[in-house]
Amino acid sequence: MATLRDWLIDDSPASPMQARLGRLYRILGALMHNPLAVVGAIIIVALILAALFAPWLATHDPLRQALAERLLPPSAAHWMGTDELGRDIWSRVVYGARITLVIVALVAVLAAPAGLIIGVVSGYCGGWVDRVLMGITDIFLSLPKLILALAFVAALGPGIENAIIAIAITSWPGYARVARAETLTFKNSEFIAAVRLLGASSLRVNLGHVLPLCTSSMIIRVTLDMAGIILTAAGLGFIGLGAQPPLPEWGAMISRGRSFILDQWWVATMPGFAIILVSLGFCFLGDGLRDVLDPKSGEQR
Amino acid sequence: MTALSLKDLDISYGDTQITHKVSLDIAEGESFALVGESGSGKSTVLKAIAGLASQWTGEILVLGKPRSHGVDRDFSRVCQMVFQDPYGSLHPRKTVDATLGEALTIHGIGDRSTRVEEVMASVGLDRKFRFRFPHQLSGGQRQRVAIARALMLKPKILLLDEPTSALDVSVQAEILNLLKRLRREQNLTFLLVTHNLPVVSFLCDRLAVMRQGRIIEVASVDELKHGDLREPYSRELMQISAAHAT
Repeated sequence: MATLRDWLIDDSPASPMQARLGRLYRILGALMHNPLAVVGAIIIVALILAALFAPWLATHDPLRQALAERLLPPSAAHWMGTDELGRDIWSRVVYGARITLVIVALVAVLAAPAGLIIGVVSGYCGGWVDRVLMGITDIFLSLPKLILALAFVAALGPGIENAIIAIAITSWPGYARVARAETLTFKNSEFIAAVRLLGASSLRVNLGHVLPLCTSSMIIRVTLDMAGIILTAAGLGFIGLGAQPPLPEWGAMISRGRSFILDQWWVATMPGFAIILVSLGFCFLGDGLRDVLDPKSGEQR
Repeated sequence: MTALSLKDLDISYGDTQITHKVSLDIAEGESFALVGESGSGKSTVLKAIAGLASQWTGEILVLGKPRSHGVDRDFSRVCQMVFQDPYGSLHPRKTVDATLGEALTIHGIGDRSTRVEEVMASVGLDRKFRFRFPHQLSGGQRQRVAIARALMLKPKILLLDEPTSALDVSVQAEILNLLKRLRREQNLTFLLVTHNLPVVSFLCDRLAVMRQGRIIEVASVDELKHGDLREPYSRELMQISAAHAT
């Protein structure tokens, strides 16, 4: 173990791989010194594990109805109680982790690269390309996120896939803005001028040199936005435009529990806790990543 | 043969004209300095030659061939530039190896490992620095990497934009010695921009004094050393520099 650590923090790495792993190790080390980031990371890892091992963690079939056992309070048999159709809420929350994770991952995969590319192109090209792209971005930014997502889902039809597409369409403009701002700061720097002087094409300058510098602020931004994405997805589920029954989506579960919120509080509260916990996890992790990855402060350590 | 020849070069940024009718001839293997105070347009001349300031009229001949306004690949094999600030001229997320190897990748030159180590050795960088990131290097080491990057394509002409002014005095001497040795070994032509006259007398053969975008005097280094500059402004620069040195 000690030799592995020595290899990772070696001052004079012998290969590009070792240099990159060493950098990763230092970032992880810095992240580990931030207690909130560690809490966030634990929550996210727990979410991923819950999604992966849902069949083993769930005590019941999340879709099986048992009308004789409806609206039971939390007990040893049903850790979080049962809902109005007698389904075990713990099992549904665990399976709900899968849906949440899919939404978050797909939105990140769709929206972040799109925003990154639009922002970098806009910032690097400037001129009318910049004006057109930023005009479109501004139009999207000026509309409230949830309302826009609602409009898209209404047009595309309710369902989890359409909810994902709608959230992705509403979240790329923020990333485009960040990427453009970063590109503008690096565009005129001397190290980019030096690469251009070596004869590099615009494509190579952008992909190989500007884009990697934008990724760390993008990772931070996406992580911090995850909480918002989860909330939007839950909001869409709550008004019945997201995941459709009987899928155990957390927002939809809260919506079902609304009718019993005074007498059977656990039906709405348990999935609510799950949403709060996961959102907090992403926020903590995002804050920690910002401290570590910020090119202005982090890399010096 | 002239390595670099500028004829009536007028460079502008937007509507502001920076230089007026700059004409210079620099022989192959010569080391030439452009001196002048801040804002005199000396760095701008360098940028126009490199292709980073594309808004100019007049003529720039590099080894007898006229130069286009932008950056092009053939030109980059002939002429390279070293920037002033070693902290800003290296990509913060790339190792020394990646920074140096980039030139070879762009021009499709193989034999990467040997050539990178060769150039690193020639600028006096130990092999152990090869996979370090810029933040793991000192200022002097960074400037060595920047010089090594400029030498990767084996250019004939090196444009130096105040290559030592951002460094500590002790490191300055090291870099100046390195530049002097490299010029001798690789028969390079230097065009150096600086406001530091001792650097000029150490490294250069001739100098041109610039003021408000015009060249007001071209002199040899011997004339500088003996204080034989004709223009009153040049002598004033010398006095300021001498007062600064003591």
